[in-house]
Amino acid sequence: MNFDFSDEQRALQSEVQRFLSDRADLSVARAVLDDDDAYFAEPVWRELVELGWAGMAIPEHYGGVGLGYLELCVLAEELGRSLAPVPFSSTIYLFAEAILRVADENVKAQMLPAVAAGDIIGTLAFAEGIGFPRPHSIKLRFENGRLHGEKWPVADAVIANNAVVLAADKSGEPCLCLVSLEQEGVERRPLQSIDPTRGQGTLVFDGAKAQRLGEGGESAWKAFRHILDAAAVLFAFEQVGGAAACLAQAIEFATERTAFGRTIGSFQAIKHKLADIYVGNQLAVSNTYYGAWALASGAEELPLAASVARVSAIQAFEAAASENVQVHGGMGFTWEADCHLYLRRSRSLALVIGDASLWKSQITNEFERKVA
Amino acid sequence: MDFEDTPEEAAFRHEVKTWLAELAADYDLSKHGDISTERQLALGREFQALKAERGYAKVTWPKDLGGMGGTPMQAVIYDQEEEQYDLPTVFFAISLGMPIPVMRRFATEEQKQRYLAPALRGEEIWCQLFSEPSAGSDLGGIRLRAVREGDDWVLNGQKIWTSWAHISDFGVIITRSDPSVPKHQGMTYFFVDMKSPGVEVRPIKQAAGGGEFCEVFFTDVRIPDAARLGEVNGGWQVAIATLMEERFAVTEAAGGGASLEDTVRFLRREFDDGESAMNDPRVRDKIADWYVAESGINNFYARLLTGLSQGQLPGPEAALSKLVIASKLQQQSSSLMDICGPAGAVYPDHSVSRATDHRMAWLEAAGYRIAGGTDEILRNTIAERVLGLPGDIRLDKDVPFEKLA
Repeated sequence: MNFDFSDEQRALQSEVQRFLSDRADLSVARAVLDDDDAYFAEPVWRELVELGWAGMAIPEHYGGVGLGYLELCVLAEELGRSLAPVPFSSTIYLFAEAILRVADENVKAQMLPAVAAGDIIGTLAFAEGIGFPRPHSIKLRFENGRLHGEKWPVADAVIANNAVVLAADKSGEPCLCLVSLEQEGVERRPLQSIDPTRGQGTLVFDGAKAQRLGEGGESAWKAFRHILDAAAVLFAFEQVGGAAACLAQAIEFATERTAFGRTIGSFQAIKHKLADIYVGNQLAVSNTYYGAWALASGAEELPLAASVARVSAIQAFEAAASENVQVHGGMGFTWEADCHLYLRRSRSLALVIGDASLWKSQITNEFERKVA
Repeated sequence: MDFEDTPEEAAFRHEVKTWLAELAADYDLSKHGDISTERQLALGREFQALKAERGYAKVTWPKDLGGMGGTPMQAVIYDQEEEQYDLPTVFFAISLGMPIPVMRRFATEEQKQRYLAPALRGEEIWCQLFSEPSAGSDLGGIRLRAVREGDDWVLNGQKIWTSWAHISDFGVIITRSDPSVPKHQGMTYFFVDMKSPGVEVRPIKQAAGGGEFCEVFFTDVRIPDAARLGEVNGGWQVAIATLMEERFAVTEAAGGGASLEDTVRFLRREFDDGESAMNDPRVRDKIADWYVAESGINNFYARLLTGLSQGQLPGPEAALSKLVIASKLQQQSSSLMDICGPAGAVYPDHSVSRATDHRMAWLEAAGYRIAGGTDEILRNTIAERVLGLPGDIRLDKDVPFEKLA
């Protein structure tokens, strides 16, 4: 039994943690929150790229470091813990993953080195307003090499220069297309959201030139689902990182704050609450390991493992973030306290690639299939 | 990152599998139909003797004590393989799980020579006389008196929730030896022959109908000072050592009640109203929740085993497994009954399995949330020993036991 990260992966994690606590403490996320015109912390993103972390899981022959998903997992956990406001998830978990999975050799050779070098901020545009897309509900049209329609919300839409979009082709079948966002026929509008530390926006396409990636129809939809499964595991690591930070904050506060002549952490009402958060976090961490194992080993049960990791991590982070506010009492609900930064992030991550019920239905579908 | 055995672990697993497969034909209870507890115990003793011969009765113990000198991971592997069968080993779980390791640690050489091997072979069974009617979670509140008389001690009082006392030959017992000092300082630990005059065992019928627990009455039971384990008034330290053993004993993967696979099979069939419950989105949502919880426990267990495989013993965080499993069992069984409507409370026929039926499991779960550490005590353990939060304020800490209300 070797159900853990290796010593090398742990060493990398420590290195990332040191970097982020030095260069991207919570004041960095707060600065983005407080500035209506800021969508990310560009200097942190640049440094992160220089350290080679954007290309961590990109193969060496495409200019990356050539490590794998497990290394991305430990990085994701630290990004989640620090709330670093960088377009890492959009660019790496979603855009680069889509390129690796569905693009042909030419596109890979063109795009992936640029991602590793930090020249590309990418995203995946799939949502079209309220709800979640189904194979035949997509309104964005891809016809004669051009896109017509809208996508919103799209993570990092305002700062991305390239996107992979989920569109419908002439025959109404789903397809994935690569589109440069720096061209005529593309309009980008910022959206206000509950978590301004991870910017969102609308992409409006009015005849923008785009390139189809891979085959259309069922195979495009399968590829899209696979990209989301892989991203679900990586987002889950961000979530358990954030949940651990919330528990640590709550313990620290409960150990210092006194009321009725004792530290509040000596009351069972608080102790039991924090014990429950710890339990939820540990179950979620264990489930994200399961997702990491399935992702890294190319296991057939990835759709099951990824959905379990996602649901478990959503539950853990949301519980930890909201109870962290609760333990802090009135102080926890001030703008000055950091609790709301995690509260906001816990909700935005719970929605970013579909909510818990959507992923729960995947769990039941996949599990039911395994039961003879 | 993987779930695979190391080559050494795989070799040991193969050895155990082969050995068990040969014996299962004779000892697996599913091959014996409906047999009495006495007959099960007799089969169990035979199997236990064979197990001890191989050193499997205590995998981690050195060979000269009757073990096989194995690693904690090998002990887990043995248990995992044994669980694949329905073998009559339940009678020895407490005996070898807690009292016997304590005897190994605190008894004299001569006593170890006398008592360890027969227990390992299942010839003698030991119980643990800990809880009392007024001392459950707060074990330090025990009252059963031990009074020194020359070279002997005289025991008077009552124990309760003693598993398998009615079939036990010996027991380890914690007593109140000095009520004039604060409670944790006045306890002494002994072992006692359950056939001694003045020991009376009465089985307790539990709320769910089961009867493996007993209450045990001690009336002027005389035992020699040589049966003392640890120092006079040093019984609390010995008890802590016993409880540490218990913690490892309850650390296991999710279990109890119907498996989730069987649950899906049960829900999939057409109910009497012509519908399969699997078509109900609320039911599908619940299955996902249960799967997430079960997967969390199993994967947490895989992380613990990874630590064990690398030579680390589980810490207090292992308490979370039972905390999660017991409530999950209760909620899941209750939901399955809900899904069946008014018929949910009705047993399908007379032959329901206590181990797997969800209606039985629902009843049992109420006790499972209490046994071996209540939900609340486990939360305290996690909060204090894992998260480092302060202990509760203890009003009885420096008060002589006899002055407590």
